[in-house]
Amino acid sequence: MVSTRQVGAHARRSKGALRSFWPQYLAISPFFVLFLVFMLFPVLFSVVLAFQKWDGLGEMEFVGLRNFEFLLKDSLFWLSLKNTFLIWFMSTVPTLFLALVIANMLNSSVRFTGFYRIAYFVPNVTSVVAVAIFFGSVFATNAGLINVILGWLGASPVQWLVNEWTIKLVIATLICWQWTGYNAIIYLAGLQAIPTELYEAAKIDGAGPVQTFFRITIPQLRPIILFTVVISTINGMQTFTEPQVLFSSNVANSANSGGPGSAGLTAILYFYREAFNNNDYGYGAAIAWAVFLVILLFTAINWRLVSRRARAS
Amino acid sequence: MRRFAGVGLHLTMLTGVVISLFPFYWTAVMATNTTRDMYTVPPKLTFGPELMNNIGRLLTNIDFFGSMLNTLIVACSVTALVLFFDSIAAFAFAKFAFPGRNALFGLLLLTFMLPSQLALIPQFVIMVNLDWVGTLNALIVPAAANAFGIFWMRQYISNAVPDDLLAAARIDGCGFFRQYAYVALPIIRPGLAFLGITTFVGAWNDYVWPLIVMVDPSNLTLQVALSQLNTAHNTDYSMIMAGTLLAVLPLAVVFTLFARGFIRDAMKGALRG
Repeated sequence: MVSTRQVGAHARRSKGALRSFWPQYLAISPFFVLFLVFMLFPVLFSVVLAFQKWDGLGEMEFVGLRNFEFLLKDSLFWLSLKNTFLIWFMSTVPTLFLALVIANMLNSSVRFTGFYRIAYFVPNVTSVVAVAIFFGSVFATNAGLINVILGWLGASPVQWLVNEWTIKLVIATLICWQWTGYNAIIYLAGLQAIPTELYEAAKIDGAGPVQTFFRITIPQLRPIILFTVVISTINGMQTFTEPQVLFSSNVANSANSGGPGSAGLTAILYFYREAFNNNDYGYGAAIAWAVFLVILLFTAINWRLVSRRARAS
Repeated sequence: MRRFAGVGLHLTMLTGVVISLFPFYWTAVMATNTTRDMYTVPPKLTFGPELMNNIGRLLTNIDFFGSMLNTLIVACSVTALVLFFDSIAAFAFAKFAFPGRNALFGLLLLTFMLPSQLALIPQFVIMVNLDWVGTLNALIVPAAANAFGIFWMRQYISNAVPDDLLAAARIDGCGFFRQYAYVALPIIRPGLAFLGITTFVGAWNDYVWPLIVMVDPSNLTLQVALSQLNTAHNTDYSMIMAGTLLAVLPLAVVFTLFARGFIRDAMKGALRG
């Protein structure tokens, strides 16, 4: 059945149609109004800002490309990018690998899967602030659980939150703990969608479990793996809260410097510090745009890598 | 042999569960003991009697329940607004061929690509001009509708709400809003539950934007208060952990209650994506 209103709308496409569909336009308008005011306008404004010198209070001063020239020579910015990539790599590889293993176990064990799923997913709904505080206390040099256990076993304590590599290791472990279960659930959804006929056919052809895994499971899961790689890339490039909370109390350094030697200074943490601690809005906007371009480029590269391998196999 | 493999599998899985849940347990252990107990060798692994003392020190140092109330107000308001605005917009997109529908929906999908940090500085400037800095408005209004929810609900409504039912309602003289309220809304409740949990958890745990815009130390959200407590009283672990425990527990309990349906819906969403 087509209502008379719709017939009318088709007859007079232009103004009458717009008028007869006013409830629909009204229904979708809140999102678009909020988007225009709080997203599109700010993003456009940040393009302008990237070419200014402004502390948010005084007059804006046009400085041309000077923010970007400074950015290219800013060793701290390059260090923050390097840290971001290293932490992303150190967290994503084990996270996705463990998630795949867990998903396969969840898929094969029949009993208690409901319980396992909840237990593995809970870390993902826990606040990053709380988790970072927890990790900070467990990896503390004095009285941290890890060092207490090490001492108990006769080993000497490790300065987890002081050394360049252990800082990254702690942050990566934290991310891995929070995201393995989430990715496992996503992979499990993919595994359950693989037709069982494929496995039966493989069995008839005499394929072992390892062969089946690499010849059927992995190729079938490829779109889902691509999805998780893209999501972890976008999330990983924006790592902020973990190092911000872990090292905000480090009095020896200035606030939000990412810990000793700035080993935990990520790109977004650097952006935050320049923009909101140093009130350098122009430079902050330039950093945000540079990070955005890096994310775009890096996501595209990862996309190509994963999907090309899909075509090859 | 087969049974043995099953036991091995469950043991491996249980090890994973222990790793997954240990931080919650250990937070509770630290929150119920004194900080000094943590220095003992071997470490104390059981709950102690100090929880009330630790909470007492927590309450003298920060306005814990005030910030929890703020977070509760923000999370509830944002969830209610998102559920309404997103589902009614999704209903329009899913079931009505209004002119420009596809273009507008395409635009909506494009907004996924804009990373939030690009907008942060100008958003803060807007809040300064609206005189909303330090107020809950700054946290609620910009979050009142979002692209993810509309996208997700549109998929859900397309499948769940039968066209015949809407046509019948139209014949009975129901306009757009009554079709939404009387036909669509009762059917899409499970979808709303998923979107509601996602939104509530996200708003409860949100940190970056509240950190920037909640500048008044006496009026914070839970996550910002917790982080500042950690910064200021870094050595009093048992007090900080008491705060962390109180901040995490309500959400963990709520999530566990709804988890079954939630995870099922999350899996469905992943397959569509």
